[in-house]
Parts: sequence; C-alpha cells; structure tokens
Amino acid sequence: MTTDRPHWSRRVTAARLFWPLVGLAAVLAFNALFTPTFFHLEARDGCLYGSPVDVLNRGAIGVLLAIGMTLVVATGGVDLSVGSVMAISGAVAALMLTQTDAGLWLVVPCALGVSVLAGALNGVLVSLVGVQPIVATLILMVSGRGVARYLTGEKVVALVDDDFSPAFDYLAGGHFLGLPLPVTIFVVVFVVTALAVRRTALGLFIESVGANEAASRAAGVDTRGVKIAVYAFSGLCAGVAGLIDASNINAADTVNAGVFSELDAIFAVVVGGTALSGGRFTLAGSLVGALLLQTLLTTMYTFGVDSDIAPVPKALVIVGVCLLRSEAFRGRFRRGQAA
Amino acid sequence: MTRIARKRVPLLATAAVLVALFGGASLALEGFCSPFVVADLFSENAFLGIAALGTTLVILSGGIDLSVGSVVGFTTIFTATMISDHGAHPLLVWGAALALGAGFGALMGVLIQAFELPPFLVTLGGLFFARGMAFAVKKESASIDHPLYDTLGEVALPIGGGAELSFTALLFLGLFVVVLAVTNHTRFGRNLYALGGDEGSALLMGLPVARTKVAVYACSGFGAALAGVAMTLYTDSGNPVSGMALELDAIAVVVIGGTLLTGGVGGVGGTLLGVLIYSTIYQITYFANLPASLATLTIGALLLAFIILQRAIAHAS
Repeated sequence: MTTDRPHWSRRVTAARLFWPLVGLAAVLAFNALFTPTFFHLEARDGCLYGSPVDVLNRGAIGVLLAIGMTLVVATGGVDLSVGSVMAISGAVAALMLTQTDAGLWLVVPCALGVSVLAGALNGVLVSLVGVQPIVATLILMVSGRGVARYLTGEKVVALVDDDFSPAFDYLAGGHFLGLPLPVTIFVVVFVVTALAVRRTALGLFIESVGANEAASRAAGVDTRGVKIAVYAFSGLCAGVAGLIDASNINAADTVNAGVFSELDAIFAVVVGGTALSGGRFTLAGSLVGALLLQTLLTTMYTFGVDSDIAPVPKALVIVGVCLLRSEAFRGRFRRGQAA
Repeated sequence: MTRIARKRVPLLATAAVLVALFGGASLALEGFCSPFVVADLFSENAFLGIAALGTTLVILSGGIDLSVGSVVGFTTIFTATMISDHGAHPLLVWGAALALGAGFGALMGVLIQAFELPPFLVTLGGLFFARGMAFAVKKESASIDHPLYDTLGEVALPIGGGAELSFTALLFLGLFVVVLAVTNHTRFGRNLYALGGDEGSALLMGLPVARTKVAVYACSGFGAALAGVAMTLYTDSGNPVSGMALELDAIAVVVIGGTLLTGGVGGVGGTLLGVLIYSTIYQITYFANLPASLATLTIGALLLAFIILQRAIAHAS
C-alpha cells in the first residue's frame, strides 16, 4: 500500500517536475544503454558537437514555442496559431532581406513586431470579443498561413545569393560560448521569462486569470491586459522560432514552416505538467517536456524509425500522459487516495 | 418567438453570404453562373463536405475532433494499397476502412468519456497517430486501377445544361439527408443536442450521455473514413499526406454554417451552406485567376466575421 510510504517520497513524486524528469531520464538512460555514441561530445574549433548538443539545438524551436504556450495555457487558453506565426515571421524576414536593403537590425525587429501584432490580435479576440481561445487562434492558424503565402507570392523565398545572408545565417548556424546560437537564444528567453513571471507579480496575475477570471477581475487584476499580453508574448516566441527556422533552411518556406509545431508545443506543455484547464503553470516543466519530445525524436531517428512514422509514439505518449493525469483513470487503480 | 428567430440569424446570415458571393461572382465573372459551376460546388469538395458532416455532430455535442484529416489520409493510402498491392476487392476494403475509422473514433470517444480527458488532447493524439499509421502503411502515393473505380467514375446525375453531379457529390448529398434526418427526427439526435446544450442537465435527465458521446466520435471517425474513400474515388489514388489540415477546413465550414462551437446550437443544414460557401470562394479565385492563398485569407476573415456575429447574438439573448 502506498499509504505506508515515507512522507518524503510522496512529496518527491508529487512534485510537478518529477514525472517529466523521470521521462527524460528514462529516454536518456535508454540511449546510454543502446547507443554508446549518444553521449559522445566532441569539441572542434571551440564548438561542441554530439547528440546532446544536437537535441538542444533542434529542440530550440520547440522550447521557444512551449515557453509562450505555457503562459497562454496558464490563463486557460491555447494558441493554435504559433506555426502560422512562424511562417509569417520567416516570410517577412526573407522578403525584407531579398527585396530591400534593410540590415538585420531592422529586419529582426520588423519580423518580431509583426509576430507580436499577430499574437496581440489573438489576445484581443479572446479577451475583448470573448471568443473561445481554440477558435480565435484557429482563425489566425488558417488565415495566417494564407497571409504568409500571399506575401511571398506562394513561392519559397530562398536566401542564397543575398548579401545579408551570412549575418542571418548566424542565427541558426552560429555558435556562442561553444554552443549553437539557438541554444543561447532559448536559454536567454527562458531565463528572462522565468524571472519576469516569478520575481514580479506577473506570474501570479497569469495564474489567477487562469484559475478564476471573474474573481481576478473583482480583485483588481487587469484580466484583459494579462490575456492580450500572454498571447502577444506567445506571438513573439513564435516569431523568434520562425526566424531560427528560416535561418536554418536559408529560406522562407511558408507551406511547411512550423506545420504541427503548435501541437508539439501543446504536447510539451502538457507533458511538462501544466494543466490545459489553466491556473498553475511550470515553465521548467515545459522546458523539460520540449526537450523530452526532441530527445524522443532523435532517439527514434537513431534507431532508424522513419520521421513520418514518428507521430505514432508521440501520440501514444501524449494520450498516456493524459491518462496518468486523469483522476478518473487513477481512481480505477488507487481508490480513496488523493492524487 | 423572437428567441427562435434569433436562433435562426446565423443560418440566415450564412445563406445571405452564399447568395451574395454567388450572385456577385455571377455578375462580375463571365461564365460563372452556369450549371457546370454549380455541379463543381458539390463535386470538388465532396470529401470535405462528408468529413464536415461528422464534425458537425461532434461540435453539436460540445466536443471537437482534430483527427479528421489524418483519418482521411490513412483511409486513402489504406484503400489504395489494399486494392492495388494486395488485390482486395474495393467493396471489402471500403467496409474495412469504414469500420477502422468508426472504431478509431469510438476508441477516442471512450477515452474522452470514461477518463474525462479533454477531447482536444485525445483527438490531437489521434491526429498524430493516424497520420503516422498512414505513413506506416505506405510512404508514397499509390494509384488505384480497378474496374469498379472506372464504373463509379462514370456514374453521374445530370442536372441540366450538360452538367452532372459526380458519384462523390451524390454520396455527400445522400449522407447529408441521412444525417439531417438523424439529427432532427431521432432520439439520438435529441440526445445529441441535449448533451451539447448542457451535459450536466442531460445526465440528470437520465439521457444516455456516455453512449451518445462515444457514438458521436464514432460517427465522426466514420465520416472521416468515408471522406477518405470519396477522396480515392475523386483522385483514383491514395496518398499518406492527403487530408492534411482538413479538420480545420471542416471546423471552419461548420462554424460558417452557424453551428456554435459551444455545442447544442446549429445543424447540418448550415454545414451544407458552409461547404458551398467554401467551394464558391475557391471557384471565384480559380475563375478570377487569383492566388489560392487569397481564398484561405477570405475564409479566415469569414470565419472571424461569423464568430463575432455569434458572440453578438449570444450577448443579445
């Protein structure tokens, strides 16, 4: 019986980060056992190479989206438009680089500005018009990709012979302190966000809006402002992810950029331990969730699982995690014990 | 009386938009107002219409099904591979595909109902799963060459002026009549609206909430599989990537058709109009030689307009 367990172990297993970390550790342990080269790190020209670095590098987009998504989910919402916003951000950057003389110092703020606007539009629809978050962001998900495709004339904008390409290329291909630049970017965004929500009252406001919007408004929280802000922030994160993605392939591919990335982000948030119903959230959990997802994918690729079939285990994990969190499911196994 | 009239506003608005779009296009574009275009409105997007009928049921029940497009993709490649590579008879394969679709939907319904999981997440898992399984069946497209497909390709109902409705369009309209009858005239239909209106009340009234919910997702899975079969008839092939993001288009036409996403209000009549509006917009971009991305944009804008209209109606009542 679990009730005989010592108090500390119950506390450890009840911690939000416990299960995501166990999952990540399990996948890493599996790799350590079956792929001896997995943890083989190599330093060349002052830069680190190896599978763990690869996971961090490729996981950067997922982590960025998951950070934005966490705050949106914490307010009881969801943002389905992040993939389309990625496409818009990449399209704006690629068009400015190829068709104007604007430098990177202008291109990046413009692309991110458009992304923030797109996100804020979601926020306005959700908070001021009162549309369900799924629906409001679905609109931008559908039409946002249309906007991106229309902007680029339904073509892939390649950044090959462009003068500014090297600087833009640095976004995804460059290294900082021995690690790929995308890793640095997501670490900075994560730390800044974590500080902003945990060292100020912002996180409390977000959680209170998600837990009980009416009560929060009565208590004087600017619920509308908070909602618009989190959606705008999610747009910003998607914009950064879109720039990294475009820099990665040196092109703006509006048809394929960020497809299904919103689902990966939601996956990371849910696996990380933030409930979709809103309220309390854990940024660290989402970070672990996103990295878990990426490690899982990398592992599958190492074992020759086709990238097209990878969604199947992903689906099983997400439904499995949901089942483990479901009170009704737990109740069938441990009656009479609170989770 | 005014309450009933207000409930009809979304449907009337949808009809008005369809008339305005079609009328405007007929005036502005030469040759648009012809029976051929009308036939195309039904034929070109018949598979979307079939899928949207299932989606309508799910949304009426207050749920959502994101797995539709993936199930369509799985069905097309499953059907094509079984017929072409394994020599199975199409009728047998269709039966199996429809059973798989309905079973898959029912399984998701059970997870949603029995374990109180959010429909959004479960069907999201379904989206990933079915798409992955589609690629597991076969990784590239497969063509279908079978006498039955040739025969059905020639089946058509003349609607005058030399234009005719294709078999898939007839399939869509046939299913539409069935679903309309089921939602409006059966006990299941009434349970469905009650469940979407207020699940707690439905439960207290002693309605079979659990059974209805599972059945709704099974219907949606069945609709998606049938849409996949229709797609193989339309293209004479199967492809694991087909039906990508089709669920979003299906949700869009359902909402444009006046069904409230909160459940309990609306119906498949509006969905038929929604599909026709969707088709009309694509026909207009085709006729006027506009980029297809503009059609996507317009549909997004329409979706926005209809949702705001719904909010306004909800506030007024």
